[in-house]
Amino acid sequence: MELINLGVKAIFIENMVFAYFLGMCSYLAVSKKVSTAFGLGLAVIFVLIITVPVNWLLDEYVLKEGAIAKWMPAAVGDFTEVNLSFLQFIMFIATIAAMVQLVEMVIEKFSPALYGSLGIFLPLIAVNCAILGSSLFMAQRDYTLAEATVFGFGSGIGWFLAIIAIAAIREKMKYSNVPDGLKGLGITMLLTGLMGIAFMSFMGISL
Amino acid sequence: MAETLEKEVIKKPAEALLSKRRKKFVVDPLNDDNPITIQVLGICSALAVTTQLKPTLVMALSVTFVMIFSSLFTSILRNLIPTRVRIIVQLAIIASLVSLVNEVLHAYAFDVYKQLSVFVGLIITNCIVMGRLEAFAMGNKPYDSILDAFGSAMGYSWIIIAVAFFRELLGSGKLFGFAIFESIGWSTFPTNGLMVSPVGAFIILGLIIWVQRAKTGYVEQH
Repeated sequence: MELINLGVKAIFIENMVFAYFLGMCSYLAVSKKVSTAFGLGLAVIFVLIITVPVNWLLDEYVLKEGAIAKWMPAAVGDFTEVNLSFLQFIMFIATIAAMVQLVEMVIEKFSPALYGSLGIFLPLIAVNCAILGSSLFMAQRDYTLAEATVFGFGSGIGWFLAIIAIAAIREKMKYSNVPDGLKGLGITMLLTGLMGIAFMSFMGISL
Repeated sequence: MAETLEKEVIKKPAEALLSKRRKKFVVDPLNDDNPITIQVLGICSALAVTTQLKPTLVMALSVTFVMIFSSLFTSILRNLIPTRVRIIVQLAIIASLVSLVNEVLHAYAFDVYKQLSVFVGLIITNCIVMGRLEAFAMGNKPYDSILDAFGSAMGYSWIIIAVAFFRELLGSGKLFGFAIFESIGWSTFPTNGLMVSPVGAFIILGLIIWVQRAKTGYVEQH
């Protein structure tokens, strides 16, 4: 039950886009059409489900203070005081970049059709802040492995919902008469703000 | 002796440290080619840290530091980096610099470090940094790259400082934590809670973009 709560919280209450502004770059750049937004959204969910647990394992068994001592036989040496957490950023981003590359290769091999629609987005994802952000939040909040997986999945779904919604609105915006200076980025920011107000209504819910 | 003299004569006069071409690198991103409002890069951190001026200023300084040095190192290494793995190499350079910033903040400015939380780490995925490395530092000399990075960082900084100024002023009636309205005797100033919430950031940035684009006359084709 707690896991479900955590998932719902990650999707609605602490939405990656509306509460933490993460993944805004691709959110703004790839939201002109629903179909492409859908592809990118799926790719983000996919990568988040993989990278957050992997980074959790890395954090728990390599980076944290005394983490290596958990599995290193005592005969090799005393690792209880080794604290590698200053390497966190580099390790996380390396995992993400490697995972994205791996996912890309696997999809290309097993599902050329899916690769055709996701392919161009996958390299973009390595530098999507929502991915690194989820891993950093996960590390900061001391989740367990199950919680980390659910959190990754929930953040992915939340981001997916946000980009689909804004893409659908932007498709309709084509028929509206927007002032010149507001066209494109400006009106999208205002729209996101209004959607944020709608998402604020979830804030009162305590899970 | 004569030989060296001859060589010096043939050698072209060195470009002035701040020639017209180089000035363009610094001045362009401030307004006409602003990374946030025109190129739509680095929005994430621009919005997340701007509830107050102090963390915003720290963020702007950190991004400037990371941009300048990552451009310098990438530019020095540009002929050694194989094109296929350049993204990973760039990420490694940026991540090392960001770790450095993170450790320094942790040690010397712990309260700001707490406030910024994960957003220091997210400088790594700030698209402005990657964007400038890809677009400029990979193909230009170190000094030019530094100027270009500095220009973009300043363009980024002034926008986030402007957003933070309005959010802190209207949201909590303060500037740098100093209660500005109370000090002029207007203690009943109605603060707007919306400005402190994420929504305020989106709306303020949207309006800044509107004003700025109306001035430069830039129109995005939809």
